[in-house]
Parts: sequence; structure tokens; C-alpha cells
Amino acid sequence: MSDAAMTQRPEIYRETLGADQFGIVAKPLTLFETLYNQGWLRKLFVLVVLAALWEGYARWLDNELLVPTFSATVQAMGSGIASGTLIARALLSIKVLLIGYSAGVLLAAALTFLAINTRIGADFLETMTAMFNPLPAISLLPLALIWFGLGIGSLVFVLIHSVLWAVALNTHAGFRGVSNTYRMVGQNYGLGGLRFAAKILIPAAFPSILAGLKIGWAFAWRTLIAAELVFGTTSGQGGLGWFIFEAKNLLNIPDVFAGLLTIILIGLAVENVIFRLVEQATVRRWGMQD
Amino acid sequence: MAGEPLLEVRGVTLQYKTPRYLVTATYRVDFAVQKSDRFVLLGPSGCGKSTLLKAIGGYLRPTEGEITLKGRSIAKPGPDRMMIFQEFDQLLPWKTVLQNVMFPLLSAGGLGQAAAKAKAMQAIEMVNLAKFAGSYPHTLSGGMKQRVAIARGMAMEPDILLMDEPFAALDALTRVRMQDELLALWDAVKFTVIFVTHSIPEAIKIGNRILLLSPHPGQVKAEINSVPRGEATSAAGVKLEQTVHAMLFADRIEEPGHV
Repeated sequence: MSDAAMTQRPEIYRETLGADQFGIVAKPLTLFETLYNQGWLRKLFVLVVLAALWEGYARWLDNELLVPTFSATVQAMGSGIASGTLIARALLSIKVLLIGYSAGVLLAAALTFLAINTRIGADFLETMTAMFNPLPAISLLPLALIWFGLGIGSLVFVLIHSVLWAVALNTHAGFRGVSNTYRMVGQNYGLGGLRFAAKILIPAAFPSILAGLKIGWAFAWRTLIAAELVFGTTSGQGGLGWFIFEAKNLLNIPDVFAGLLTIILIGLAVENVIFRLVEQATVRRWGMQD
Repeated sequence: MAGEPLLEVRGVTLQYKTPRYLVTATYRVDFAVQKSDRFVLLGPSGCGKSTLLKAIGGYLRPTEGEITLKGRSIAKPGPDRMMIFQEFDQLLPWKTVLQNVMFPLLSAGGLGQAAAKAKAMQAIEMVNLAKFAGSYPHTLSGGMKQRVAIARGMAMEPDILLMDEPFAALDALTRVRMQDELLALWDAVKFTVIFVTHSIPEAIKIGNRILLLSPHPGQVKAEINSVPRGEATSAAGVKLEQTVHAMLFADRIEEPGHV
């Protein structure tokens, strides 16, 4: 076809409508859609369904020694809280946990800083993580008991072991993944050493660091309860693990479940409140994570 | 224009290592940039123009030759040469627009909080983004991000602005607008800028002086004056475009013809 034939079609010009000429541009969602969009409501629904299933199964089984009902567990938890024992045990566990967790995170920070600044530091970190990360912290407990005796010392030791490698591994991976453009921007401003790490590397690697902190938290929590279950009391006073162990010995199964439920609730609270708030204030706000 | 040049590049050979090769990016490149120049480095992909800009930025040392700024040899990156990158991720995502522009003023410019804020706002207003001062970069479009980067560079009042294909990742329409805005900013401030591009029309429109580089390794092919401002599409501009085109294509390198 020739060009002349191709231009035979008429040209079209139109006036576009103003925005006020349209019918619906934005329409509010229905009540159900609004509610369904709330993440916490959906999760709450899942929890309620699980609790109902539990209650139903326990009633059908009708054997308090195997599976107490949800209501009996909540009752046991209520009386545990009212008498103060459950809270005291939980606080003790949390205290030990925070000591071990923060020590592990600080050590991880020091190791990672070495690793990003020197090649031998990076080799050291990689080798140590490869060796120790797969090693369950609880397997070090017998050794720790010999070294540090029966008490907080050995608990903190195994906690550090469970936190350190997971956090260091994630932080180091995060630092190495920092975009070259950010690095060049930081250098352009004349930043170096600790200032460069604090102002460029840490915020840029924050999604990975946060993931490491979450994994470290979960590892630490598990390790602590397991360690308490194994040798329980420290200086005459035990944590949640010990609470569970004692209740089991007395065949007070609702209390065992109450202890487990407390562990779960604390885990949920830390994950869904503390870490969620940190995420919202940082990586989500910065558009680095959906 | 005459007198003491602001930036001098003398016999600069640049080499960098890839895992398998030692690559020579440029070979004995010479040029001089005067104050208030809009100096364009133009050449096809692989002519080492970005590497050359990085060397001026202080990110790598020449294996031969010397780069001097105001008579002093360049040894490392510094805030007297603000870089504006092609990548949109040059803005730090954990800082708002205002904080991004303030950051170098605080950490390298030695300004106090209030002074830095006032200066940053002024720069942000110049690129018409005052409404977005409190926004985080991920909420901005590509063109807006590049405008913030330009504001950040200008707020520092560096001796020289280094722009590494700053508009290459933008869509064609935004690109034309950004070129016009950059020229308007230059009219207002008369800053010195080195501008890297692989687009001939962009080089003629933006630059007052154009350095043509040949590829593999980059060598100076010509250093020419552009047409006067606003005449990029005039007969003289079109003729210059054809001349440059012919010179670049003498090396049989494919050049996508977009603005």
C-alpha cells in the first residue's frame, strides 16, 4: 500500500471530559471489605477458630490428663497470674533472655564490623558461622554447666550461642548486599569508618538485620525454655520452663498448658507488637519492604 | 573563556580489573573544564566516559596521568565534587526528601541543623518539590527522584557537579523536561557541571563544550563547541548533530538515536 493510500483515513480530534463529568471515580469499600483488610482482625479470627477447635476436641476427648480444655487452660493461667507465680516465672525468663539476647546481638555487631572492614575478619565470621550455626545451642548446655555452674551464667552462654550466629550471618549478608550506589553516595559525602557504617550500611542493610534479629529472638526463646526444662531452677527460682516441668511432675496438666500458652503469647506479642512496630517505623515506611 | 581551568585532566589512563581481564577504559585523555562550563562527555557504550567521571569523583585512581581540581590533585571522593547518578536508588530510602538534601550539608558541609534546613529547602524549592519535602523517596516518580538528587548536589554548592547519565533511565517526555529544567537552573546559578551521556541530541542541547570519545579504550576524538543555547534544533544544531554522528559512526558502533 502506498503512503498516499495510508493517509486516506480521516484524522480525529476530540474534547476530553472534565473530571466532574464522570459518575463514580472513587467508591468506599463495604464494611466487610474494610474489616477484612485489617491484618490483625484476620489473625484474630484464625486464633479464635483454633481455640474453638481445641475446646471442642478436648471436650470430646474428656481426659484432663492428656488434653485439658481451652477454658481450663485459661482458668489455670488466670489463677497463675492472680497468684503471681506465672508472672514472676515469665519475668525471670524474660530477664535472662534479654541479657543473653543483647549480649549476643552486641557480639554479632562487633564480629560483623570486623568482617566488613578486614578480609580475615570476613573469613573468620564465615568459618565460625559455618561451624557453629548448625550446632543446637542446647547441645552445649552440659559443657556450659561444667564451665559456668548451675545458674544464669550457663543460660546466658547458650543464649549467646543461639543468637550470635544467626544475627551475624544475616547482618553480614545484608551489608554485602548494600547497593553500590549507596556506598558511593556515602563516600561522596566524605563518610568513612564507623560513621559510614552507622549512617549508610546499617540503615541500608536494615531489612536483613531485622530478619536476623527476629530469627535470633525465636532461637533464643526456644533455647531458653529448653534449657530451663533440662535443668530448671537457677538459684532456687525457675523460669517458665521450670514452671512447666514442675507442673508436669505434679500431673497438673492444665498448668503445663498454661505455661505453654504463656510462652506462645509472649512470642506472639513480641512478633506482632514489638517487631511489627519497629518494621512500620523503619523498613515499611522507607518502602524497603511491603 | 580563558584563564586558569577549574578542572584539568592530563594524560589520564584508567584501568580496572574484572575477574578475568585487566580492562583499559581510557587511554591518555586530556581536557580542561572552565568555571561555569556545561562540559559534556559523549561517546558510545564502552568508551569509558562513566569510568572517567568516577575518576574525577575520586572513586578510582588513574594508572597514568593526573586529574587536578583548582590545582590540587584528586585523591579520594569528596563533597567538593557532588555526584548525581543515573540510578534512582541514589536517594537514601530511610530519609525524606528534605533529610536527603540536608544530610550532606550536615555531615560534610559543616552546617548547623537550622542553616542546613534553610539551605536544603531553598534547593528543593528551586526544583519545585517543596510540596514533597516530607515524602520518602519510594513515593516519588523517577523524574522527581532525579530532581531531588540535583537539589542535593546544588545545595552543597560544590566546585563541580558530576552527572552520570542522570536522565538516561527516564521516559522520553520526562527527559526533555528535565533537560529544560537543568538549563533553567544553570541560568539561575551558573554552576559548573560535567555531564555524561550517550545521546548526541542531549549533548548538543545540554553542553556548551563537548568531548567526543572513541570506544575501547576511550580516547579523545574531538573537543568541540556546541551551538548557542536554545538553538539545538536549529539548522546549525542539526548540522552539528550530523557531524558528530558521522564521527562516532566512523568507529562502526551502533548508536540508538533517541533524545
